[in-house]
Amino acid sequence: MSDYSFAYLDEQTKRMIRRAILKGLAVPGYQVPFASREMPMPYGWGTGGVQVSAATLTPDDTLKVIDQGADDTTNAVSIRKFFEKTAGVDTTEKTAEASVIQTRHRIPEAELTEDQILVYQVPIPEPLRFLEPRESETRKMHALEEYGLMHVKLYEDISQHGAIATAYAYPVKVEGRYVMDPSPIPKFDNPKMEMAAIQLFGAGREQRIYALPPYTQVVSLDFEDYPFEASKADHPCDLCGAEDSYLDEVILDDAGSRMFVCSDTDYCRSRREAGHSGRLGEEAV
Amino acid sequence: MTPLLQVKNIKKLYGARIGCTDVTFDLYPGEVMGIVGESGSGKSTLLNSLAGHLAPDCGEVIFDTRANGPVDTVTMSEPERRMLARTDWAFVHQHARDGLRMSVSAGGNIGERLMAVGDRHYGSIRERAADWLGRVEISENRIDDRPSAFSGGMQQRLQIARNLVTGPRLVFMDEPTGGLDVSVQARLLDLLRGLVREMGLSAIIVTHDLAVVRLLADRLMVMKDGRVVETGLTDQVLDDPQHSYTQLLVSSVLQV
Ligand SMILES: [Zn+2]
Repeated sequence: MSDYSFAYLDEQTKRMIRRAILKGLAVPGYQVPFASREMPMPYGWGTGGVQVSAATLTPDDTLKVIDQGADDTTNAVSIRKFFEKTAGVDTTEKTAEASVIQTRHRIPEAELTEDQILVYQVPIPEPLRFLEPRESETRKMHALEEYGLMHVKLYEDISQHGAIATAYAYPVKVEGRYVMDPSPIPKFDNPKMEMAAIQLFGAGREQRIYALPPYTQVVSLDFEDYPFEASKADHPCDLCGAEDSYLDEVILDDAGSRMFVCSDTDYCRSRREAGHSGRLGEEAV
Repeated sequence: MTPLLQVKNIKKLYGARIGCTDVTFDLYPGEVMGIVGESGSGKSTLLNSLAGHLAPDCGEVIFDTRANGPVDTVTMSEPERRMLARTDWAFVHQHARDGLRMSVSAGGNIGERLMAVGDRHYGSIRERAADWLGRVEISENRIDDRPSAFSGGMQQRLQIARNLVTGPRLVFMDEPTGGLDVSVQARLLDLLRGLVREMGLSAIIVTHDLAVVRLLADRLMVMKDGRVVETGLTDQVLDDPQHSYTQLLVSSVLQV
């Protein structure tokens, strides 16, 4: 423990990251450059989120880490262990008990509170990248609010697929100003971004941090005649019976039988513990 | 009548070398100005200085804006100039790939300017894109194809549709027929002439091809070594050139 600074990063680096976070909170949705540090894990493993968490955690915090909604994936386990070791903080799998939640690709189903911070791992922070590769130009487009190109992307979606096929990383406009990439969460989660908790986004390889203060307005882009829909698989959870949660499809055997289960493992478990049950609830538990 | 564009003493230097200098003219609504000269004459430098792609070293480019009347676009803020560039101005590049998004469908290319100014109805954007494909003689069933699948002439017609869809009041064209086969050029010229007349477009066309200005331009400026050496009504200049350089240009000597 004494070999490391608290949460691995030295104090100066954490201060630098906190300044970027504060700037991000002051200008919601704006991508703040920061000097990303080498972390003892490869890019793509959430180094941006880990650095933001490291600068955010205090010794009294309780940390939860999820990957695709689950606490038990390799990625989530290794990040949780990393902070157990370097910061000595308590960890939990229960959403309600966590004060800091680092996530990859999901927002928890349980409503978050003003006492919580949600930290996202972001691979590509620039929503305009796909149509305009020049960084000098995308920066200018943000500065001048030239966002027509975002709708060109949605137009292309509809013309090719008959509907807006973008299902993940669905672009949003923040407080009527900055267009932002919400990281690859399913668009089902987009409406949840107007929440009580602080949301912080860290992109390690791209060296960007952005943020949403509590209760920030977050609007998913769409067309009048193709309005945004927060869609999910049209099933209840086969384990807990929830009809309001985002579901993963799981193949059960070679014969192709399958089931739908909550991607938020904590949500599913707490519902079952409270006595709820789905189609396969009894046998699968 | 207020000129749509007043160009006053434009000068652009590249270090000590003159790109263009002492250029002054007025362009009235509905008028097409041709600028001819050999390569290196400064005509492209002038066009890019007028269109805001290059910052001139001195001079004014005063545009009669819808909202505030005549405003010097050289000194206006960059956001205002970029707004102008995607609403009341249009720029047709010589190479279509410089003016198109090659990875976006034809419909998306045409629709971009509409979406840039706030159109948020997919159906109406698509309808106008289809209409404009028709107006530039591209089959409507190509609307979802990417321009990379188009011939050179089609790409150039698509670029024109993409530029004209928002009804700009001033169109800059840089060698719009350059690099195309002669037969393709003729078709494009006919199309451009039809659109200019039908929409009452004001335009500034830079070309080395006298046939282009003969067909499209009301007035003509001849440039040599960065300066305007002769100016006048197109037919007058071409049929009775006064300056010795213009006489050379009009005679077959300099014509490629
Ligand atoms: Zn469940």
